[in-house]
Amino acid sequence: MNLENKVALITGGSRGIGKEIALELSKNGVNIAISYINNEEMARTVIEQVRKNGVKGIMVKANVSKEEEVLYMIKTIEEELGSIDILVNNAGVTKDNLLIRMKTEEWDEVIDVNLKGTYLCTKAVARSMMKKRYGKIINITSIVGITGNPGQGNYSASKAGVIGFTKSMAKELASRGIRVNAIAPGFVETDMTEVLKEDIKEEMLKTIPLKRFGNPKDIANLAVFLSSCNSDYITGQIISVDGGMSI
Amino acid sequence: MIFEKVRNIITDQLEIDDVESITMDTSLMNDLEADSLDAVEIMMELEDEFNITIPDEDAEKFKNIGDIVRYIKNKIS
Repeated sequence: MNLENKVALITGGSRGIGKEIALELSKNGVNIAISYINNEEMARTVIEQVRKNGVKGIMVKANVSKEEEVLYMIKTIEEELGSIDILVNNAGVTKDNLLIRMKTEEWDEVIDVNLKGTYLCTKAVARSMMKKRYGKIINITSIVGITGNPGQGNYSASKAGVIGFTKSMAKELASRGIRVNAIAPGFVETDMTEVLKEDIKEEMLKTIPLKRFGNPKDIANLAVFLSSCNSDYITGQIISVDGGMSI
Repeated sequence: MIFEKVRNIITDQLEIDDVESITMDTSLMNDLEADSLDAVEIMMELEDEFNITIPDEDAEKFKNIGDIVRYIKNKIS
């Protein structure tokens, strides 16, 4: 895979999809940094597992929607692990509500973390990647950023925004050897989807041709491929990993 | 001295071998075919080298290398 001794930052890497991506990359020899906000214990567990795979691992507490925290995070990682080769913009939140009930704070928080956070982290690593003439940026968007979903106006708008950003950055940074792609997961069993009611889950299952929900490993497998040189001719793509849900 | 430093940064960035071909009258965009991303990268390198900040509105006014050299000379004096 040619990933040995690379450095990856996975934002929101303490659980769910981010955790799985961190673990899979570490199995391929990648040194790992993860960011977290509240789940310090879970982040520590991830880093312990990462180190067992024989690579370096660090965790940095940072809210990706705050520019000064992002800059501090990147500086810390560069000092401890070296410059970042792979950025996985994974940190994301949901604040689901129907439009007429949605509070502006719910709108803002979701846009700030999911979209602005992706912008801030990408900007913070872009310069060193440009200098190296190489880099891999993987944005975790969502199938609802393509299809829309009632009750998720804020979340789907943020994820559609990430898709536009992914394509723009792919064009802007291609001449510097930086590949920018996005993964659009369908229904993946994580804490984020745990809160959904059983009957809603049953309904969703009916819409998935492969007749099962996704698991974080399904997403991490693609993230490893997009991090590796095997995907060097792929940029600006939004790849759905959804069991066929969006067909 | 400033000219040589500026020239080195530009030739490094644009991978130009013939360093001597660059004079005060050379234009980044027209003569050296730098694209907008090259220009931004060169400005960032100059900021680091001379420990100054070059606002975008200033950078847009540079017509040739001479403009850059004179601007930096002004800033650091």
